[in-house]
Amino acid sequence: MKSLKIAALAVGAVALAAPAFADLVFPSLSYRTGPYAAGGIPYADGYQDYMTLINERDGGLGGEKLKVVECETGYNTQKGVECYEGTKGQGALLYQPLSTGITYQLIPKSQADEIPILTMGYGRTSAANGAVFKYVFNFPANYWAGASGIVNHLLDINGGDISGKSLALVYHNSAYGKEPIRTLEELSKKHGFSVTLLPVDHPGQEQKSQWLQIRRERPDYVLMWGWGVMNSVAIQEAANINFPMENFIGIWWSGSENDVRPAGAAATGYKAATFHNVGKDYPIFDDLQKYVFDKGMTAGAGDQIGTAIYNRGLYAAMMAVEGARKAQELAGHAAITPQEMRDGLENLEISEELMNNLGMPNFGPSFKVSCSNHGGSGDVGIQQWDAAAGTWSLISDFAPVDMEVIQPLIEEDSAAYAAEAGVEVRSCN
Amino acid sequence: MYYREAGDFKTSYRADQQNFPIRFDRIHFWVMMALAFGVVPFFINDYWANAVFVPFLIFAIATLGLNLLTGYCGQVSLGSAGFMAVGAYASYKLMTSFPELNFFVVILLSGGITALVGTAFGLPSLRIKGFYLAVATLAAQFFLVWLFNKVPWFYNNSASGQISVPRREMFGIPITGPETAASTKYLVCLVIVFVLGFVARNLTRGRIGRSWMAIRDMDFAAEIIGVDPLRAKLSAFAISSFYIGIAGALFFSVYLGAVEVGEAFGINNSFLILFMVIIGGLGSIYGSFAGAAFLILMPVLLKNVLVGGLGWPSDLAAHLEFMIMGALIIIFLIVEPHGLARLWAVTKQKLRLWPFPY
Repeated sequence: MKSLKIAALAVGAVALAAPAFADLVFPSLSYRTGPYAAGGIPYADGYQDYMTLINERDGGLGGEKLKVVECETGYNTQKGVECYEGTKGQGALLYQPLSTGITYQLIPKSQADEIPILTMGYGRTSAANGAVFKYVFNFPANYWAGASGIVNHLLDINGGDISGKSLALVYHNSAYGKEPIRTLEELSKKHGFSVTLLPVDHPGQEQKSQWLQIRRERPDYVLMWGWGVMNSVAIQEAANINFPMENFIGIWWSGSENDVRPAGAAATGYKAATFHNVGKDYPIFDDLQKYVFDKGMTAGAGDQIGTAIYNRGLYAAMMAVEGARKAQELAGHAAITPQEMRDGLENLEISEELMNNLGMPNFGPSFKVSCSNHGGSGDVGIQQWDAAAGTWSLISDFAPVDMEVIQPLIEEDSAAYAAEAGVEVRSCN
Repeated sequence: MYYREAGDFKTSYRADQQNFPIRFDRIHFWVMMALAFGVVPFFINDYWANAVFVPFLIFAIATLGLNLLTGYCGQVSLGSAGFMAVGAYASYKLMTSFPELNFFVVILLSGGITALVGTAFGLPSLRIKGFYLAVATLAAQFFLVWLFNKVPWFYNNSASGQISVPRREMFGIPITGPETAASTKYLVCLVIVFVLGFVARNLTRGRIGRSWMAIRDMDFAAEIIGVDPLRAKLSAFAISSFYIGIAGALFFSVYLGAVEVGEAFGINNSFLILFMVIIGGLGSIYGSFAGAAFLILMPVLLKNVLVGGLGWPSDLAAHLEFMIMGALIIIFLIVEPHGLARLWAVTKQKLRLWPFPY
C-alpha cells in the first residue's frame, strides 16, 4: 500500500513537472554533484550562460526563445537515462550528455526517438562515420584525434622520431578511458614507441600503485585520460614523485584549472590537448558581461568564467545554436523539430568568418560537417599550464592529426556497430 | 474491522495452507495484480517505464534474491552487484553467440550461470560466518568487476569495453533494443517478477525455506535435528544468485541496453540492494518489494518535487536528496528496526482491531 501511495504522489509530482512546450528546448544533462563535478560544473555554467546570452542579446533564435532544461545525472548512467526519458517529452532538440557512458546509452535511443546527440570531444569515436550514425555527431574532434594529436606533439618536440621511447597511459577504467588504447597501439606500431597501460578505477582517488609503477619504470612520457577528481589526484601524484611535468600530457578532459590548481606551483609545465582556445580574451566575453553577468543571470556561482571547461561549455552551446540556426534556415520556419535540428547539424559549416561574427575569432578550428563526416576536422592543439600566472597558454596551434591511422579504425568500428546493432548504412552520395 | 478471520472458515487443507489465508488480503492482492497486468500497460510511457517501474521491478528481483540468502538463510552477502554483472555478461554472451535463442531462455540460462558462480563463491560460507563471510563476498564483488574489465572476451573485444544489447523479438514485437515499447519492457519484467515472487514465496514456506531458517536461527542446532548445512547454505547461495543473475540480465538487456561493468555493477549497487533488504525487512517477501520501491521511487519522487515542482536548482536538489534519503533511512531504522514489512504487519494488526483499541 505504501508503494501505491508513493506512486500516487509521484504521479502528482510529474504532472506538476511537465511544462508546456514552446521554445527551443536544449536539455543539459549536467553533473554538479559527485566526484566528477569539478568538470561538470564549469561545462554546465558555460552552456547555460551562452544560451542566456542569445536570449538576452538577440531575443532568442529566429524569434524563438532558447530554453535549457537542466537535469542532474551525477555522471551516473542510470540517472542519465532517467534524465533523457524525463526531458525528451518536452520537445528536446539536442542532447549533449558530457559523459561517454551516457552517450553509449543514448546512441541507440537517439536513432529510435530521432533526436540528435552531439558529443564534442567525447562519446563513441566511430560516430564520426555519419553513414552509420545518422543521429550522432562528434565534431570538432574525438578521442582518437586527441591521441594522435598528442603523439604528433611528441614527434614535434623530438624532431620527428620517437622510436624506442616509452609511453604510459594512465586512464579512467571505463569506456571513456579505454577509447584511445586502440589508436595508441596502432600509432606505436607506426612510430616504434611502447605503451604501458595503467587503469585507474572509478572514482580515481586511489592511484598510489599506478604512480609507483611509473616511478619504477620511468617512462619517457605519461599520457592521461582522466576526469573529475582523478585528474587532480594524478597531477598531485606526479608532482610527489617529481615526474617532469612537461612530459605529462592529458587529454582535453584532463586539462582544466580545477585539475592543476591543487598541485600548486608543482603543476607548472603540465600539458593537455585541446580542440578550442583558452582564456577569456574574446569579444564574446564582453557581451556575456553586459547581457548575462551584469544582469545577475549567471548560471551557477559564476566563479568558473573563462576556465578551460567553461569555454568548452560555451563552445558546445555555440554549436547547438548554430546548428539550430542552420536548421531554421533549411526548414524555413523557426519552431524546428529534432529531425530538422539533425539536418541543421549535418549541414553545419563553421568558418572563420562565422566565428568572427560570433565574437569568437580563432576560438576553434573551421570545419564542415557532411553526411559521411560527422566528426569535423579533428584538429588538435596543445595547451600548457603556468601556475605562477594561473593561465593556460596554447603552445602548439591546431594541427591536423594522423587520419591515415584513424580513418580505417573508424570504418572498422562503425562497421562492427552497424552489424551488431542491425543499423542500415545510409548512402552518402 | 478489516483483516478479520472471523467467518472465514477453511474446510480443506488446501484452503488452510494458501498464500493469503485472509480473504481481504487475497482480494487486495488480486486487485493489485489486475491493475499491474491489465491497467498499467495501457498508460505507461517511456519515462514511467524507464525511471520508475522497470528499475523497481528489476531491483525487486535482486532484493528477493538477497533476501532469500540474507533474510532467510542468515548469510550476509556484499557481492550482489558482482553477481548481477555475471547475469548481465552471461546474457550478453548468450545473445551474441546464439542469436536465435529465445529471450526468456537466455534470461533463465543467465540465472543458471550466475547460480553456478554464486555457489562457488558460497563455498567459504561453510567455514566462515557473519562479518567474515561478508568480507569474502566483498572479494567476489571486486574480483568479478575486475574480471569483466580485464578479459576482452566477455565484451567481444569492443574498443570501449561496453556491452550493448542486440535487438531481439518475440512474436514480431521487439523486446530488447532501442525500439522496445515501454509497455513491453514493463510486461516482460512484470511477468518474470510475478513468477519469481510466487516461487520465492512458496520456497520459503516449504522444506527448503524451513531448512534455511533453521540454519539462520542456530546452525549447529539445525545440524543436530538433521538439516544438512552444506546443502542448505549452498542451495541458498545458488537460488539467491539465480534471482540476482536474472535481475542483472534484465538490468542490462531490458532496462539500460548498454552497460559498463565498473559503473553499473559497482559496490554501490551491492550496498543499495542490501539496504533494500534491510529497509524492506529481513526475511519477508513483501519487504523485498517494499524496500525496492522505497529506495527506487523516493529519489525520483524527491527529484520531481524539488526540481520539477518547486523549481530549485538541480545541484541543490541532488544534495538535498542525499540528505533526505539518509535521514529517512536512519529514522526508519530507529522507529522500526525490522523494516517496512514489520510496519505493515503492525498496521495489519491495528486494522484488524479497528475501530476498537482492544
